[in-house]
Amino acid sequence: MSTSIPVFPFSAIVGQNEVRRALIAAAVEPAIGGILILGDRGTGKSTSVRALAGLLPQIRAVTNCKYNCDPDGSSFCDDCKVNSETRKASRISVPVVDLPLGATEDRVVGALDLESALTRGEKVLEVGLLARANRGFLYIDEVNLLDDHLVDLLLDVAASGENVIEREGLSVRHPARFVLIGSGNPEEGELRPQLLDRFGLSVDITTPDDVKQRIEIVRRREAYDRDPVAFANEWEKKDKTIRSKISRARKIVGGVTVSDAMLEKAALMCMALGTDGLRGELTLMRTARAFAALDGKPAVAVKHLREAAGPSLRHRLRRDPLDETDSGVRVERAVSEVLGK
Amino acid sequence: MNEAPPASIGNWDEACLALPLALISPKISGGIVVRAQAGPVRQRWLDLMKQLAGNDTCMTRLPVDAAPQRVFGGLDLVATLQSGHPVSEAGLLSKSNGGIVIASMAERLSASMAAQIGAVLETGQLIAERDGLQLRSSTRFLLVALDEALDDEPSLPGVLRERMAFTVNLDGLRSADLADPEVSPADIVKARQRLRDVVLTDEVAEALCAASLALGVQSARACILATGVARVHAALAGRCDTTQEDAEAALRLVLVPRARTFPQSGEDAEDDTQPSPESNSEDNQKPDPDEPGDDQQVPDAQELADMLVEAAKAMLPADLLLNSDLKRAEASRSTLAGKAGALRRSSTRGRPAGTKRGDLKPGVKLNVIETLRAAAPWQTLRRHEALESSSETSTARRIEVRKQDIRINRYQQHSETTTIFAVDASGSSALNRLAEAKGAVELLLADSYVRRDQVALVMFRGKDAEVLLPPTRSLVRAKRALTGMAGGGGTPLCSGLETALLLALAERRRGATPVIVALTDGQGNIARDGTPGRAQARLDALDAGRAIGSSGITSLLLDISPRPSPAAADLAAAMGARLVPLPYANSSAVSSIVMEETRAKSNRVYTKGSNY
Repeated sequence: MSTSIPVFPFSAIVGQNEVRRALIAAAVEPAIGGILILGDRGTGKSTSVRALAGLLPQIRAVTNCKYNCDPDGSSFCDDCKVNSETRKASRISVPVVDLPLGATEDRVVGALDLESALTRGEKVLEVGLLARANRGFLYIDEVNLLDDHLVDLLLDVAASGENVIEREGLSVRHPARFVLIGSGNPEEGELRPQLLDRFGLSVDITTPDDVKQRIEIVRRREAYDRDPVAFANEWEKKDKTIRSKISRARKIVGGVTVSDAMLEKAALMCMALGTDGLRGELTLMRTARAFAALDGKPAVAVKHLREAAGPSLRHRLRRDPLDETDSGVRVERAVSEVLGK
Repeated sequence: MNEAPPASIGNWDEACLALPLALISPKISGGIVVRAQAGPVRQRWLDLMKQLAGNDTCMTRLPVDAAPQRVFGGLDLVATLQSGHPVSEAGLLSKSNGGIVIASMAERLSASMAAQIGAVLETGQLIAERDGLQLRSSTRFLLVALDEALDDEPSLPGVLRERMAFTVNLDGLRSADLADPEVSPADIVKARQRLRDVVLTDEVAEALCAASLALGVQSARACILATGVARVHAALAGRCDTTQEDAEAALRLVLVPRARTFPQSGEDAEDDTQPSPESNSEDNQKPDPDEPGDDQQVPDAQELADMLVEAAKAMLPADLLLNSDLKRAEASRSTLAGKAGALRRSSTRGRPAGTKRGDLKPGVKLNVIETLRAAAPWQTLRRHEALESSSETSTARRIEVRKQDIRINRYQQHSETTTIFAVDASGSSALNRLAEAKGAVELLLADSYVRRDQVALVMFRGKDAEVLLPPTRSLVRAKRALTGMAGGGGTPLCSGLETALLLALAERRRGATPVIVALTDGQGNIARDGTPGRAQARLDALDAGRAIGSSGITSLLLDISPRPSPAAADLAAAMGARLVPLPYANSSAVSSIVMEETRAKSNRVYTKGSNY
């Protein structure tokens, strides 16, 4: 992402509504937790995520802070605490950090900076990807091929919002709040059930099987490949509309209320599906609130619950390995039982 | 296109057409999968490529066991130690920018390596985070993957195959029959210049998209590749917009090899997965591309789409779903990374379990970065020490590394287990407790699912044994196979055990840890040659049992006879198997026994060289 070639614009993606809505919801309400995107090859999984980088509104961060600390926030990294008087703020784009397969642990969590240790004998932390992703997104393509111990580590940090480094005589904690986005093709290898549950939302992605849409995909791709800059400019207006929608929703999402009736409906749905634990309900409510905020509504309505149910519950059903019913179908059934229609 | 028709000159013509198309724009095409055994035909094709690419194009071979550091880049050890700060070294993929990378034995690339190379192909950007370094570079190259997989072996991992436009098949061709194509390197250069001006016409875009759907090609990327190839084909032909000819070429080269369903003609479209049996297999030749469309009026998009679908039909073998290419695709999806012999090589298998302090013995791999990190905090101290203790200060080392700093890589090998059930479904056992045996297997299946093991099912009854279910992780399939299993007939115990053993050995070659669970009463009555006779059958069965024993494969014998039988005990002794009489084995006990037996074998922590 270091190149100056603009990424494929978010609004130019054909179809994939559920994925796009999930990504936008996570941008509005990062507490939703991670997003898991599962789908066949060539369905535009990574295109959608990478496009997100170009879409998100800029955020304010402490200038030159390794962890992108929020100048208006309440918690700071150690450096920012020390420089509390002198620190300045500037606008940066929301980090969308790529975690490539084969990345080693030291690069992910951070490690002793070799150069300063060898030449000056100083113990300095060389920050890892987790620090860079703070307040943004961390993206892993082919998450099911990533080494298990790295995935565990990532989920742990994502859940606690803090990265603790204890190695080579270093003892550092720093904030690492990010939305983990994993994408993968289930045919390449399944994900462990424990891991599934840790992702807030799970979205299945399929290719459009409509000739018109396919032609549109081909056309837009060709236009982008021919002249990425011109193509990005052409779509900038639409991207901007989504961007300001996100900005507005961010401001009001904290105030979106959930009535008792809605809470009850959510609980009923979770009970009907037999999801384990409270994580499902929490995610369902948070996602519904994000959707309400995107609509500019002050309270969650049935419509928002309905939209949030699939992605927040689908992957949490206790799976009877001998039951062939697709979990998406089961969620739909529960939704129509509880919410009607 | 793939196996049937077996070998035609058409394959060669297509392979030769794919070459210039790929060379004109590696960015559009990504690469070529070459399905062929090593031999004169493949060599000739590669020579042709060399000739067309021109002398100044760099060609690099990517060995299948290349260390990730060599491929993606990493730490330049010598330079780092000399300068005292980390110096990176470009990998093979970055160095090949603008060139050609030839991956030999590509079918054995590990899934993770393939996914990483695929990401580079897709974005033209190499991103790696390893060896304490962050590596970023732009690189575009043409990937030529030489896939030597035999019919039923897993082939090139799908993540990579998906991103490569062309698949050519050179198997079964004879070098003497082949003619060189009439393309020169100059044509390629010209086409490359023209490519920017080539417009993708609406008709061709629509026709190819429609054809992709008719052929059951799920991936939208296939459409992008196909339309791109149509443009390149037009550029090569010297045209400025795409025509039917280009669409046909793209269909043949890009879409047909990816076909999953046989296209239906309008009316009989009630079943979209089964190839229609009456499909005309006799007119299996491709439409002759040299035959120009008689310069008639240009067909509109719908007509063109129909024509393409018809053309694709003629190209597809009628038994598409039995087509070995698909079977291989299935095979490669059900297996994990690191194919044959992986258990022993272990360079990519097993998960890195961090590093540990250790001695530099042969066979262990030093983790340079971690060693330097361990040494770093002590440098000032040690330098003082060294200065004080030695008189010859001139030999002061740049970095003082002591024995206690040495860090070596630790690997945890968790190879997957394949549990092979050999179930006796003969008349005698049907009488006894086939139903209970099935119940036990079902429980074990659910258990294997939790442990993410694979299961396979061998059934023997009547005259011989059959593999009812090849190794799979799909529980539903296993259950279905089990339910459909009927009892009755003789007991070909010997061939049952032999079939299970063959399967187990194949699994072991693949890198998994096989476990054989035989459910029988140990009383065979069909000998190896299929003739009835208790005495000979018994001897043969013991022979087969001993073969299992000497193979070192863990086995377990569940005696399903009403009372513990001496025959089963003898057989278990020959197999070196643990004998569990079913009467005492409630199903959960059985599954815990199997787990116990497996654990001893499948979980090993050991240190071994690897760059991960």
